[in-house]
This record gives sequence, C-alpha cells and structure tokens, in this order.
Amino acid sequence: MSDDKPTTPPEEGPASDEKAPEQATPPESEEKKEKQPLTDEEKAAKIAEAKKRAAEKKAAAAEDAEPKPAWEDKPVTPTHEDASDDPDAVALGGEMPGIVLAADRFAGDVTLSVPADRIVEVCRFFKHDCDYKFLVDLTAVDWPEREEGRFDVIYWMHRFDDSKRLRLHTVVADEVPISSVTEVWKTANWMEREVYDLFGIVFEDHPGLERILTWEGFNGHPLRKDFPVEGIDTGAAIYPDVYPPGGGPPPEEAEEDEGGAA
Amino acid sequence: MTGPDKSLFDVEEMEINFGPQHPATHGVLRVKMKLDGEKIMEAKPIIGYLHRGTEKLFETMNFPQCIPHTDRMDYVAAATNNQGFCVAMEKLLGVTIPPRAAYIRMILAELQRLASHLVWLATHAVDIGAITPFFYTFRERDAILDLFEEYCGARLTLNTMKIGGVPFELPDGWLDRCSELVDGFNAHIEEYENLLTENRIWKKRTIGIGVVSAEEAIEWGLTGPPLRGSGVKWDIRKIFPYDRYDEIDFEIPIGKKGDTYDRYLVRVEEMRQSVRILRQCLDRLPDGPHMARVPKVLRAKEAGMVYGSVEAPKGELGYFIVATEKATAPYRCRVRPPSFINLQMLPAMVEGHLVADLVAVIGTLDIVLGEIDR
Repeated sequence: MSDDKPTTPPEEGPASDEKAPEQATPPESEEKKEKQPLTDEEKAAKIAEAKKRAAEKKAAAAEDAEPKPAWEDKPVTPTHEDASDDPDAVALGGEMPGIVLAADRFAGDVTLSVPADRIVEVCRFFKHDCDYKFLVDLTAVDWPEREEGRFDVIYWMHRFDDSKRLRLHTVVADEVPISSVTEVWKTANWMEREVYDLFGIVFEDHPGLERILTWEGFNGHPLRKDFPVEGIDTGAAIYPDVYPPGGGPPPEEAEEDEGGAA
Repeated sequence: MTGPDKSLFDVEEMEINFGPQHPATHGVLRVKMKLDGEKIMEAKPIIGYLHRGTEKLFETMNFPQCIPHTDRMDYVAAATNNQGFCVAMEKLLGVTIPPRAAYIRMILAELQRLASHLVWLATHAVDIGAITPFFYTFRERDAILDLFEEYCGARLTLNTMKIGGVPFELPDGWLDRCSELVDGFNAHIEEYENLLTENRIWKKRTIGIGVVSAEEAIEWGLTGPPLRGSGVKWDIRKIFPYDRYDEIDFEIPIGKKGDTYDRYLVRVEEMRQSVRILRQCLDRLPDGPHMARVPKVLRAKEAGMVYGSVEAPKGELGYFIVATEKATAPYRCRVRPPSFINLQMLPAMVEGHLVADLVAVIGTLDIVLGEIDR
C-alpha cells in the first residue's frame, strides 16, 4: 500500500550526508540537530534544502495516501472460494447427503457440482423447495482432454424473492445421455435442443430432441472443440457426385423437398 | 383430393409455411403451421437460417476482438450487446470502470433502447396494418443513429464499448444535441400514442391476443417486456445494477393482463423511462477519464466461469464466459439471447388464434433473428 510512504520523517532527508552518525540516534536528538547547523552556514543551508525536499515529498505522499480510485488501480481479479457454507448448498446436502461434490464461489456466483445421473432430482428440489422458479440458462462446455467426462453441463437458476442466482454444474462423458429437465422448467426445451445440436449431448426424455440451429442431417456438432472453425463441406445434397454423403440430407430426400416446394 | 361427395364443412387440416422469406417474420423465421381454415392448430418455429457460429468464432479470438462480433447479434441494438459483453468481461477481470465511462455507457444504452423500441413499434404497427407510425418512429430513430454516427462513426454496428470503459470521449457539442433530442422525445412518444393507443382497430387487433400469465411467463423463461407485460416486476437494471444504474431513479412499468396490448403499453412506457434515465445521466455526467487503466493484453488470471447480464431492449442478455488460466481468449462464450428464449413461447401463444394474429404475436415478442441464430 502507498500508505507506508508518508510516515517518512523529514529528518531522514539528509541521512545520506555527513550527518549520518547523528541520524542514527533516536528522534529525541531533534533539538540538538536543530541547533548544531547554526554553527556552520553551509550545513544550515543544506539542511534547509533537505527539509524543503522532505516536505515536498510528504505533500506528494499525502496526495497518494488517498486510496486510488478503483479504475486507476490494477484490476482485482476474482478468486475461487469455498462455498460449502452457502445456504442452498447446505439445504441440498441436508436433503440428499453427499450429493454436493464441490461448492465454489467465483466472482460472486456460487457453483454447485452435482452428479449428472441425479440432475433432475436436484433441479426439482431447487425449484420446488428452494423457490428457484426461473431457469435463466442452460449450456455446455467441451473439455475433450478431460478424463472424468468430456462435457460440463451448466444450469443457471434465479430466485425472485432475494434475487439470488445459483449455478449447477455436472460432468457428462461423450455418448452418455443425461436426463432432460424440461419437465422441471419448460424453458429448458430449446436450450437442451441447442446443446444437443451444438455439442451432441443427448437429453433423455426430451419431448422433441431435434437439431435447432443447424439442419437435420448436418454432420457433426459445431461447438465441439474438434470441429473445425472454418466449417465442413455441406454441399453433399446439391452435388452428390462431387461430395461424399454425410454432409446434408440424402439426395433423394433433398430432391423430394425441392419438388414439394415447387 | 376433395371428392365431390365431401361436404363443404368437412374440415381438412392444411399445413403451410410462414416464412422464412416474409416481411412480417422480421428476418428469416419460418413457422410451420397446421391450419383449420384460418385457425392455427399447431405452430412450430424453425430457426437457424442466420446461424453464423458466433459462439464458435469467439473461441478463436482474444477478448477485445469479440466485441465487434457482438454487434452482429442483435443488430438493431448493438450498444447493449457490447455492454453485455463488457460487463461480463469486467466481472472476469475484476475491472472497475470510471464513473464517466459508466454514464456514457448508460446514455448510449438508453439511446439504443429507444432506437430498438422505435424499430419494434414501427414494424409491429406495419405488421398489423398501421403504416403511419413507421414514418414517425423512423424519423426519431434516424436522429438517434446520427448521434451514434457522430460518436463512433457507425450507425448500426457500433462497436462502441471497450472492456474498461468506452473508446472515445464525447465529441464537442454532442451533449447539447443529445439533450435537445431527449427534451423533445416525450412529445414524439405522445404522437405515437395518439396514433395507436386509443385506436379502435389497434385495440381490436391487440387486446386479448397472445395472453401470457405471470406463472407461464416465468415457466417459459420470458424476460424483458414480455415478462413485464404479464405483471412481473423484473428488470436487470434494478436487481443486478451494472454500470451506475443504482444511482438512477426510474420505474419498471408492468402490464396487467399479459396480452399484446399490455406489452405495447409497457414498451411505450419504457421509452418514457429511458428518456427519464437519459435526462438524469446528461445532468449528472461526471468528469474524469473515460477508460479504466487496464493492461494492454487482457488476461484472465484464474480459470473460472462468469456470467454477466444486462437488460437489453429485448430482455435479459447474458454472456457466460469460461476462461482457462492466463487465457487471453474465451475458452467458451455462451450468449443467452433474450429473443431465442422468448420465441420459444410462440406456439403456446398462438394456438387457437387466427393466422393474422400470428403476425401480431411475432411482432409483440420483438425478436431479432440475428440474435436467435447467432
């Protein structure tokens, strides 16, 4: 902190001068020091100069002493804290012992990790017993190298009474389905479709799990890390003899569609 | 198909497509409908025609490079998109922005809200058959876009916010011109209301159409004016104040019945509140720097996930950013697009109504396909 600076006493100014041995004595020698220079004009001038410098320094330090506004200072990066004392984590742990695998607070948001196979149970508990009536978002993150499971599925809930938000985090392996929470919150429907479309995570018991942003028959799941950013060739339906199948709907069907539209 | 012995009153269900190339769908929305005469039995929105993989692109760029791409999502409200991304990033990096920057941001965001609501009102009214409001609202919208152009050089894709503040100081005389616009705006809102609010045709077309109860709205995750129209007092600016909205005095307008007419009234009142916010921001605009001191290379120190959201004109716009340790680019950036989630309710809102009401309901949801498909 810059608060340390202003405590510099003015006597320390000439410390580097020939007066160094005297400076080593405790501050009680102040009076003595004040008198001594009177005997020598040169020394007096020097000390006066040093005092002036020290006073300037002090004034500058006093300015600094006011805490710097946050936007002038270095950013304060958020850190991870344990959030197992969070009331919702405690409530969930009390209802289903051992279900909270980890509780973390980062940048003010609490994340609870729960096992994927019990996600519906947990969501139902939070909706009905903890009043998290609003599902703000549902999404996934792909970590292809991770051993315990490739995908994170994230649920982000909101409670109206005290405007609290809570995040649930589960880990799902590739090609392992996870239960749908559409029966808990209707709004999860399209969000799960989007996650299915872009990540290829299958949601069991979903009322209509179809692709939503890409088309039926699209080959691949774009937000997986192994999907190329530049995209893949999807010209298969238009030029079946040039492109290998798998990029779009089968040629016959595409023709049928065209005919129907005309 | 129809044999001669078939009675005229035998109902045959008909399946038709509405869109994707249709002016009343506000972009490239396709609705597959099953009709009984003119009554909608089933409606299924089909989206994705404008999918550009923005979220995938974010992963290949460093943090500041993402901002221009946010412009292209809700392209009639670019400033609030920038703001959402910056708010989320500032949460991740722990940056506090200077008060002047926060106030400039609020001014830009509220101007953008007005511009977006004007587009909504214009297109909604045209969809329903009232063409006049279009000319009135676009007149004011153009004045707002002129202000944007003067500030940052662009009219639509603004790219007008930076992580840690705003990129430019306000040009000379800008505040006066903005002030002039703000002072005259309530009179313009009056004009629109004179055209529509008590208009008999407008009322017949909107009252009782697309009714959503508060419980349903919450269950379906509606945000923004569609949620407030159903009587839920919920605004991100109030519950999680970002920038300096906690210093500003404004009301959250809510509707009673949750029909199209109520949502119309809510949005019109929101414009008045925006004018109120703008007035306060212009009066109190503090001096000081317009950018916080941020490192040249923005780097997330710790691995973690943050979610930052703002009240966009369409609803809650959230950015969910996952960063790895010492990352300069998002590992994953999910956008919570309000239109996408609001549109999901379309089938429940239109079933049993007539085809013409579908147009009214699409208009009242105020969707932007760029944001839905990302």
